Amino acid sequence: MTWIDTITLMRNEWSILIIFLLLLATEILLDDRRQHQLIPLAIGLFAVHTIGSFFPGKAGELFGGMYRTNDLLHFMKAILNTAVLIILFQSYHWVKTELAPHGRAGAFYLLLFAVLSGMYFLISSGDFIMFFIGFELSTLPVAALTAFHLKEIRSTEAGIKLILLAGLASGIMLYGISLMYAVTGNLYFADFLVNTDHETLLIFGLVLFLSGLAFKISLVPFHFWAPDVYEGAPIAVTSFLSVVSKAAAVFILLILLLSVLPELSEIWKMILYILSVLTMTVGNLFALRQTNMKRFLAFSSIAQAGFILLGILASEAVGASTVVYFILIYVFTNLAAFGVVQAIKDATGKEEMVDYTGLYRTNPRLSLVMVLALFSLAGIPPMAGFFGKFFLFLAAAGKGYYTLVLIAVINVTISLYYYLLPVRAMLLRTSDAPLAHIRSGSMMRIGLILCVVGILILGMYSPLYDYILSLTNEWLQ
Amino acid sequence: MDSGIQISDILIVTAIMFFIGVYGFVTRKNLIAVMMALELIINAAAINFIMINKLVFKTNLHGVFFGLFIIAVAAVEVAIGLVIILNLYRLRDSIDPEEITTLKH
Repeated sequence: MTWIDTITLMRNEWSILIIFLLLLATEILLDDRRQHQLIPLAIGLFAVHTIGSFFPGKAGELFGGMYRTNDLLHFMKAILNTAVLIILFQSYHWVKTELAPHGRAGAFYLLLFAVLSGMYFLISSGDFIMFFIGFELSTLPVAALTAFHLKEIRSTEAGIKLILLAGLASGIMLYGISLMYAVTGNLYFADFLVNTDHETLLIFGLVLFLSGLAFKISLVPFHFWAPDVYEGAPIAVTSFLSVVSKAAAVFILLILLLSVLPELSEIWKMILYILSVLTMTVGNLFALRQTNMKRFLAFSSIAQAGFILLGILASEAVGASTVVYFILIYVFTNLAAFGVVQAIKDATGKEEMVDYTGLYRTNPRLSLVMVLALFSLAGIPPMAGFFGKFFLFLAAAGKGYYTLVLIAVINVTISLYYYLLPVRAMLLRTSDAPLAHIRSGSMMRIGLILCVVGILILGMYSPLYDYILSLTNEWLQ
Repeated sequence: MDSGIQISDILIVTAIMFFIGVYGFVTRKNLIAVMMALELIINAAAINFIMINKLVFKTNLHGVFFGLFIIAVAAVEVAIGLVIILNLYRLRDSIDPEEITTLKH
């Protein structure tokens, strides 16, 4: 292993670190009145970084197996990068008008990139120490981001709820890891389950460990933080939590369960089965009665997490590839919905579903993007969301989970009702005082156009799924 | 070193610590006390790692290093938590968790 290899294997981490340091230096050199100049710099550098992350890399291990990477992990990081880039585009206006005048734009980007580097280390981790560092680095700065509106009580409350419950979740997870360590005497993923005599203690540890991860994916019954935090946080942070944070946690769950703990599959499959049924059902039923758009999208994303578990249950290369494919689609779909909510909030400060009544008359293009996103979330055929769900159900049915797929299909039908509520409000209803015509900035438009292209293209472009399948096959060999 | 301490003793102590922490987390009426309960939970895990390493798997130092990292990260967590609690106090003059009710179902 030459020193060149050590850099190319960790190129995502190196590149985000360089961006981080450049931004930090620029922020110190610029005085507060010229803080807005940081924004194009951050977005430009990160766009280059995102494009660079799509080139396939090498597989290998570093630091004696604490860090490992391969093509699948590179692809997962590219998905996370794409999501963050879209969020950067969509939050441009908010950062420029709300944060930059107070000299806080730099802090926002620095925290965001720190979280992202934590996620890289999380999904590349080769032992539990690296896993823990990555997990905390990808959680703690998000609490600071959530409480970013210092003058707003809702934002601060959301921050407190997130930091306390994240601390509880990581404490429980650590306790679980320590019990598993007591049985196996090893923290490296590569030979974690060599010595498995005391099964009971191992299972107890596994259950505690999984509940820590389930908190981060916001699976029922560990979801109580999600709606409150999503509602209170700034929209850019909400979309980050519901898309990037969730995607990274799903990736590491997938990697751990399929490649580190396959011997315990009987136990974790039972746990995930129950969690999946609960998550889909509770998420959907609560989504029915929401009136705030952010809360509504929060419960919808809880319900979507339940569907993702179907793919993990199916396991093996097919199940893993459907999960990665679904996450890719979910990124574009959910960010389109959050982008529209952000555009309307930027212009008018409103985020209740009632305010969206008759939106089509005044803002046909924005409401069209929202309709596409909601159709894709609901899984209506020409959109990408349909193919994502279809492959997940197919993979689960292929392994004989017929009852679970039936429950999932019933839940999709329920979800169709509440996804169509905003559509009805926007297209069919007329309002006495509809929102005025909104002219969103060019950055927001780029963000929304990227999402729409993703929603329309990804489902139709089948080589993409084959590519992901070949990556997962290679990984699980 | 053979001080007569068994690994089962340690596990019982840390399990008690863990559940005191969970109980305190749910019942305390002050956010600072909730943070302290959280520390109990995290430190129970840290003690577990270090003592399991010392008493059962003596050939390497995985558990001890994990314990070190846990202490560092727990400090960060408390720092961020206290900052946000401080901000809440400035906005609302109270740090009672029962009064954090702006966001509700």
